[in-house]
Amino acid sequence: MDLLDTFFNVAVLRRSLPMLLDGLVLTLQLGAASIVAGLALGLIVALLGLYAVKPVRILMRLYIDIFRSIPLLVLLIVVYYALPFVGLRLTSFASAMAALTLVSGAYTAEIFRAGIQAIPHGQFEASAALGLNQRQTMVDVILPQAVRIVIPPLTNNSINVIKDTALASVVAMPDLLKQATQAQALTANPSPLIGAALIYLAFLWPLVLFVSYLERRYSKGRSA
Amino acid sequence: MSGYVSIRGLRKFYGTFQALHGIDLDIAKGEVVCIIGPSGSGKSTLIRCINRLEDFDPSGEIRVDGTAVVPGKALAKVRAEVGMVFQGFNLFPHLSVRDNVMLAPRRVRGTSRADAAKLADRLLTRVGIAEQADKFPQHLSGGQQQRVAIARALAMEPQVLLFDEPTSALDPEMVGEVLDVMKALAGTGVTMIVVTHEMGFARQVADRVIFMDGGEVIETGTPKQVLEHPTESRTRNFLGAVLNH
Ligand SMILES: Nc1ncnc2c1ncn2[C@@H]1O[C@H](COP(=O)(O)OP(=O)(O)OP(=O)(O)O)[C@@H](O)[C@H]1O
Ligand SMILES: [Mg+2]
Repeated sequence: MDLLDTFFNVAVLRRSLPMLLDGLVLTLQLGAASIVAGLALGLIVALLGLYAVKPVRILMRLYIDIFRSIPLLVLLIVVYYALPFVGLRLTSFASAMAALTLVSGAYTAEIFRAGIQAIPHGQFEASAALGLNQRQTMVDVILPQAVRIVIPPLTNNSINVIKDTALASVVAMPDLLKQATQAQALTANPSPLIGAALIYLAFLWPLVLFVSYLERRYSKGRSA
Repeated sequence: MSGYVSIRGLRKFYGTFQALHGIDLDIAKGEVVCIIGPSGSGKSTLIRCINRLEDFDPSGEIRVDGTAVVPGKALAKVRAEVGMVFQGFNLFPHLSVRDNVMLAPRRVRGTSRADAAKLADRLLTRVGIAEQADKFPQHLSGGQQQRVAIARALAMEPQVLLFDEPTSALDPEMVGEVLDVMKALAGTGVTMIVVTHEMGFARQVADRVIFMDGGEVIETGTPKQVLEHPTESRTRNFLGAVLNH
C-alpha cells in the first residue's frame, strides 16, 4: 500500500499528467523531425559514399565512422555548450535535433548503403544496357528494391532516435523526461517518473513488435 | 570497309590478367553472328565491351553505326540502340511484366504512358506472353522470363541485339520457346550477336560463326565452314568435346 502510494500515486499522476503530455508532444516532435532529417541526410550520404568522386567518398566514410563512434550525450553537450563559444548558439530543441540527426544520419547511411549493395549487380547492368542514366537507375530500379530491405533496420533506428530524445533533457529541453523530473520535484513524489516510463513503453513497445513482424515477413519473402 | 559494329584492336585486362588479346571484327547491319568457344575464352567479355558494360583498353576501339563507344553522351546513344539479353534474365522484380517493358521507352525516349503500354502489349504478343502482362516476373517460368527480357530489349527498337547465353540458365524443355523467338527475330533486319552453346541454333540461323579461345578469335566463317569443316585444331577439339556431350 505504502509502495503504491509512493511509486504509483494516482492523485499525483493525475496532477502531473498535463505536464507529462506537454513533454510527450515535444518528445514526439523532436523524434519525428530528427528521424525525417536523418533519413534524408543518410540517403544523400549513402549515395555520395557509393558513387561520388573519391575525395567525397572518403569524406562520407569519415562522417559515418565519426558519428557512429561519438557518444550522443557528448555530441549534444558539445553542440549546446561548446558551439556558443564560436558564436553558434542553438536553442535546446535545435541542439538536440542537430545531434540526433547527425548520429541518425550516419546509421541511416550505413543501412541504405547495405540495402543498395544487396541489389544484384545484374539489375544495374540491365538498367545500363537499356540506356537508363545513373539517376534513373537509382530512382526507378535500385531504390524501390532497396527500400524493402532497409525498412526493418530503418524502423529499428527510428526507435533508437525516439529513445535518445530523452537525452535532450540534459540541455534543458522540456521533453517527456524533463517534465517528469520537474513534476517529481514539484510533488515530492516519484510517480511522474513511473508515468513517463510507462508512456515511453506505450509508444515504443508496439514499434518493437512491428520491427519483429517486419523482420519475420521480409525474411520469409526472401526465402520463398 | 568497316561494319555496322566495328571492333579494332580490342584488349581487355582484369588487373594484370588479359582476357581479350586484340580482337578485330566487323559485323554488317542485319547480320546474325554466333560466338562459340570454351568457358573462359572471353565470349561474354567481348560482347559486354560492345555496349561498354566492361571498360576496355583505350588502345582499341569499338564503333556502332559510326559512333565510338566511349563514356559520355555517345555511350547513352549507343546503349539506347544496342539491346542486351542476359543469361540470368535480370528482369526488374518490383515491376510487372508490362512495366518491365515500358520503363526504358518511358524514361529514355520520353514515350507517353499510353503509347508505351501499347508498345509493350504489342511486343509481349510478339514473344507469345501477352496474357502474362500483369504478373510479376518471379511468377513466370524461366522461358517466359527470358521472353519478357527479349521484349524489354526490343522496346527500345534496337539496331543491335546482344545475347549472352540466353538459354543456358533454362530447363531443357524451355530452351526451344526462347530459341524460336530468336529465330523469328533473325529475319527482321536487326543485327544479332549471340554467345551460345546451342550448335543447332548456330547452324540454322547464323550468317557467321566465330570461334574464340584464350581471348582471341581463332576461326570465323559460315556455320558450315566452322562447324562442319573447321580448319583449326582448337576448333576441332572444342567441337569434338561439345558434340560428344
Ligand atoms: N570480373 C572479372 N574479374 C577477373 N577476371 C574475370 C572477370 N570476368 C571474367 N574474367 C576472366 O576473363 C576470362 C574471360 O571470361 P568470360 O566471362 O568472357 O568468358 P566466357 O567465354 O564468357 O566463358 P563462359 O562460357 O564460362 O561464360 C576468364 O578467364 C575469366 O575468368
Ligand atoms: Mg560467358
